Amino acid sequence: MKRHPSLRTPIKRVRGFGSAHDGTHHFWVQRLTAVLLAPLLVWLVWSVVSLAGVSHVGFTEWVARPLNAVLLLISLGALFWHSMLGLQVVVEDYVHNAPLKLATLVILKFAHLVLGLAAVYAVLRIGLGA
Amino acid sequence: MNSPADRPLSPHLQVYRWTLTMTLSILHRVTGVTLSAGLLLLVSWLLAAADGPERYAEMQGFLDGPIGMTLLIGWTFALALHFANGIRHLFWDMLIGLDMPQARASGWAVWAFAIILTAALWGLA
Repeated sequence: MKRHPSLRTPIKRVRGFGSAHDGTHHFWVQRLTAVLLAPLLVWLVWSVVSLAGVSHVGFTEWVARPLNAVLLLISLGALFWHSMLGLQVVVEDYVHNAPLKLATLVILKFAHLVLGLAAVYAVLRIGLGA
Repeated sequence: MNSPADRPLSPHLQVYRWTLTMTLSILHRVTGVTLSAGLLLLVSWLLAAADGPERYAEMQGFLDGPIGMTLLIGWTFALALHFANGIRHLFWDMLIGLDMPQARASGWAVWAFAIILTAALWGLA
């Protein structure tokens, strides 16, 4: 059987794609979220420390302040994204059974989506309802 | 063609002398996975607060108890170590601090930061 010659050059076919088939996107987003999280975590830890032992009213009033709510939402997005990317690498490194790997990754993705949305919903509910 | 057993194998982990940089490398993973589990607590805390004063009080009660305190102190340390070591990794990505003496020094700095911050935040210092 004769193979049709391709007009695509070899470099065109491999550019941007490593062994993971999606290039450096995963690596890059992991770093972007890390850079974003560094200052956010300083703020978050400092806030949690200053909120230690606070009453329900005190806590919800703190969450409902616009600046706090927005920073919390950004933090949650970056945290859950960074967490998913990190766990994905760990699973890909240590789980070698293909069906089990796929199942684990799908469950982890869903868990991050569901829990991340739940956390965002909680912040919005406190912020908009208080 | 060689069968897999005929091919030379690269030396595995156990032939190397265990080093600080190796310890931090694996701890970065361990703390990362630990912190992912910690997100469960963060979600529970926010949902409890959104639910109302009763659930929030239950949550505070759990966190003030022995299990809650142990988890919080453990997560504080994991976060401090992953945070400091993560910044170390970001500098390495910019090709800064990659030679051995610098990598060892920054490694000790990561340990010091994690221990001192955890102790300071929990009033153990």
